[in-house]
Amino acid sequence: MNEFFTLMKSELVVTAIIFLLLFIKISKGIQHSSLLSLIQVLLLINFIAGFFFNKSGGLFGDMYQTSPLIVFQKNILSLAVYLISLLCTDWLKKTEHLPEFFMLMLSALLGMFFMISSGNLLIFYLSLELASIPVAAMANFDLSKKRSSEGAMKMILSSAFSSGILLFGISLIYGITGTLSFAAIPQLLDGSTLQIMAFIFLLSAFAFKLSIVPFHLWTADVYEGSPIATTSFLSVVSKGAIAFVLMTALYKVFAPMQDVWYTMLVILAIITMVIGNLFAIRQQNIKRFLAFSSIAQVGFILVGISSGSEIGITAVVYFVLIYTFSNLAAFGVAAVIAEQTGKENIDDYKGLYKTNPFLCWILALALFSLAGIPPTAGFFGKLFLITAGATKGSYTFITIAALNMIISLYYYLRVIRAAFMDKNDNPISTIKLNASVKLAMIICGAGILLVGLLSWVYDYIHSLSL
Amino acid sequence: MNLLLLIGLPLLTAVAVLLSRNKEQVKWISLLGSMAQLALAFMLFFIFRNERATGNVTQMLFEQNYPLFSSLNINFHFGVDGISVAMILLTSFVVVAGVLVSWNIEKMTKEFYFLLLLLGMGAYGFFISLDLFILFFFLEISVIPKYLLIGIWGSGRKEYSANKLALMLMGGSALILVGILGLYFAAGRSFDIMELSKATVSLSYQHILFPLLFVGFGVFTALFPLHTWVPDGHSSAPTAGSMFLAGISMKLGGYGCLRVATYLLPEGAKEFANIIIILSAIAILYGAFATMMQKDLKYINAYSSVSHVGFSLLGIGMLTQTAITGALMQMVSHGLMTALFFAVIGMIYDRTHTRMVGEMGGLMKKLPFISSVFFIVGLCSLGLPGLSGFVAEMTIFMGSWENTDAFHRIATIAAAMSIVVTAVYILRAIGNTVMGPIRNESYLSLKDAAWNERLAAIILVVGILAIGIAPGWLNDLLRPAAEEIMNRIAGN
Repeated sequence: MNEFFTLMKSELVVTAIIFLLLFIKISKGIQHSSLLSLIQVLLLINFIAGFFFNKSGGLFGDMYQTSPLIVFQKNILSLAVYLISLLCTDWLKKTEHLPEFFMLMLSALLGMFFMISSGNLLIFYLSLELASIPVAAMANFDLSKKRSSEGAMKMILSSAFSSGILLFGISLIYGITGTLSFAAIPQLLDGSTLQIMAFIFLLSAFAFKLSIVPFHLWTADVYEGSPIATTSFLSVVSKGAIAFVLMTALYKVFAPMQDVWYTMLVILAIITMVIGNLFAIRQQNIKRFLAFSSIAQVGFILVGISSGSEIGITAVVYFVLIYTFSNLAAFGVAAVIAEQTGKENIDDYKGLYKTNPFLCWILALALFSLAGIPPTAGFFGKLFLITAGATKGSYTFITIAALNMIISLYYYLRVIRAAFMDKNDNPISTIKLNASVKLAMIICGAGILLVGLLSWVYDYIHSLSL
Repeated sequence: MNLLLLIGLPLLTAVAVLLSRNKEQVKWISLLGSMAQLALAFMLFFIFRNERATGNVTQMLFEQNYPLFSSLNINFHFGVDGISVAMILLTSFVVVAGVLVSWNIEKMTKEFYFLLLLLGMGAYGFFISLDLFILFFFLEISVIPKYLLIGIWGSGRKEYSANKLALMLMGGSALILVGILGLYFAAGRSFDIMELSKATVSLSYQHILFPLLFVGFGVFTALFPLHTWVPDGHSSAPTAGSMFLAGISMKLGGYGCLRVATYLLPEGAKEFANIIIILSAIAILYGAFATMMQKDLKYINAYSSVSHVGFSLLGIGMLTQTAITGALMQMVSHGLMTALFFAVIGMIYDRTHTRMVGEMGGLMKKLPFISSVFFIVGLCSLGLPGLSGFVAEMTIFMGSWENTDAFHRIATIAAAMSIVVTAVYILRAIGNTVMGPIRNESYLSLKDAAWNERLAAIILVVGILAIGIAPGWLNDLLRPAAEEIMNRIAGN
């Protein structure tokens, strides 16, 4: 019983917070503004609690597994949720249904925790559903906007479709091997055509969730329509969680079929990077822009995953950590500006530096980090992903990835150019930043600058992933 | 001597600039910081000479090695040989001069100096790195300052130029990245230059990796036909930006071509030497002729930079010890000369508000100091004996002539011919701007250089003269290091 509490600690804390919010909602005893502060404190506690009493082991006949690496991955997600709650303060304060929003978000987070920890295809499927359905409701949270509903509709339909595909794949696997356990499946795989087909179904479902090209079509619309809190949750927390699980699935469950999935990943990575980058160039809306940029980033994550070794695991976890800081900082700036001025277009950012130098530097740091320019952490993250991809010795692949960094630099520079260089007679007026927003931005900025230069972070993750 | 000072001091200066309250503080802190860097560079130079004089022949001196990303075998490995010391000296000269000529920057002064100092720090870090990963880090770190310096404080089509520069250099970096990853895996997972210099990389690998690395670094140093960012970038950048770009940043590429591509992949270098020679000969001639057509002073210097940097690539391609020494001398000489050239152009532009040769004339009468410096730098550019340009180019030609076959001889002669063209455009530019009658009435009220401009010019002129009159010290510094590289190429 004691083991149950220590091993499932992360999930239990999140569940406790969800119930607490439920009671608060029912009792209606707390004012709206202090409620948000309370939630932020709870999320901080949730993040800090992730560092204590960590053990590895399995529960329920290894249906649920945990290890230091898995706990670390969960901590990244908790950190991201905490930062989102800070960064989107302005929007959250205006939301009528604040407890519900966080209940949904935390349910999704709970789903992701179980998903990362799953040791069985059944629990994996259940937790994946738990991780995606609340997000669709979150996408619908701008209740007055039609686009928000449209985004939610697209999201739920594509989620349902991908779940169907996933279930089909799982049933094929079960038919072939007669088991759903992650530990037992690899011994029964031999790479037959049917198994490859089952694998393709599974991979397609992952591709839907990760918005890998050609399964990315829902992404931009959902990102644009949803409130930025949801968008940043989708692009950071969801993506990160699915990337972690994809690694587990490929490295553990489908290890015998490495040759098959390596080729598939290479192809998917290349088209994802190229298409994501090329579409990002044309975007005007900052949310759509970040949507395509995050598609391209997923392409880079696939480069790291393709390595199939612990270098790949380290690089991906490290990159997701950095990506959390960078992408959230970019979304945070967009959120503040959108909430206070209603402007979401890149052209509106012209002349921003004159009025809001702090926001501009945070934005520049975030975008340079996404582009992979030192001294930001993104440089190290990208480089290690590419190094991991190079372990297989395919230099054409690596060259294409490296060349994609040029295209991505081009469009990130577009935003920086608008903010720093372009003249504008009527720039966005000086924005007064909420203390918690400022705190979150400073955390993100510090993360962007320090996670790369402090090399022990990487070495620590590497020691976990061995 | 602790080499980390070379990174720490500029970083400290930059942070101090960020924390300072007003423009005056910013300027004085930057000046003090850059003066301290100059002093540090001189200290390094003298300590290095002492060490060598006392018979310490270790290839790299003052080495330090700290594990950084130990699981990937990436180390914070530093050390200097003669080449690095010469480059560090060059950098410190240009940094001081750059800080001085920017004294009157009004727009966002703090940010300007911060980025400038950051750019300098990147160069110091690059020249002392002995680990390819760290080297690449410092090479790339300059992208942000360069882009913002040109884009915010530049002139003309600045956004276009800044974009072009950032993207082309990023392209070069992408090739370098693939190249160093190739080396990393080919040599058993090590980025360490000293280890890689002992490792044997198979021939077929060398033939793939060498072009990647050489072209990658070549983009930085205006290898033909990838030089197109040079004219736009240099002409759009603010004065100090141009000085840093041409004086320091282009040298990063040349240094990389030699230290990384040629030194670590000698077989590849032999295989592709002829192509390098052809490309650099084209660059030399093309640059010279293109300069003839320019009317804007900044474009004149930018295109002539393409031509002059071509000489150092030619020297590398010749693969003889003398030629490589000459190539390195040319890098130092060109760095000082081109920085001074841009500084003078900036000074003239601040007064006349034009950079068009045709609109000026007779500046010597009103601006004797600036015009004399312009004269000196022009003569240096066309290779007058007694100035640094002559020494460097002469050494390259002597080294090239050691190759006795027709191909090398023809390339050498072709390159040497460009000097005539250089003389034509330099003399014409000088004649039209500083000589003759004053064409514009408003020039009568111009004031000659202020103290900061004089100091900047004097520092750089001293450097040019020190190489031109007594090249021995530079030769002593560079030749042993070039010998190490030649030994590796010759296979000993």
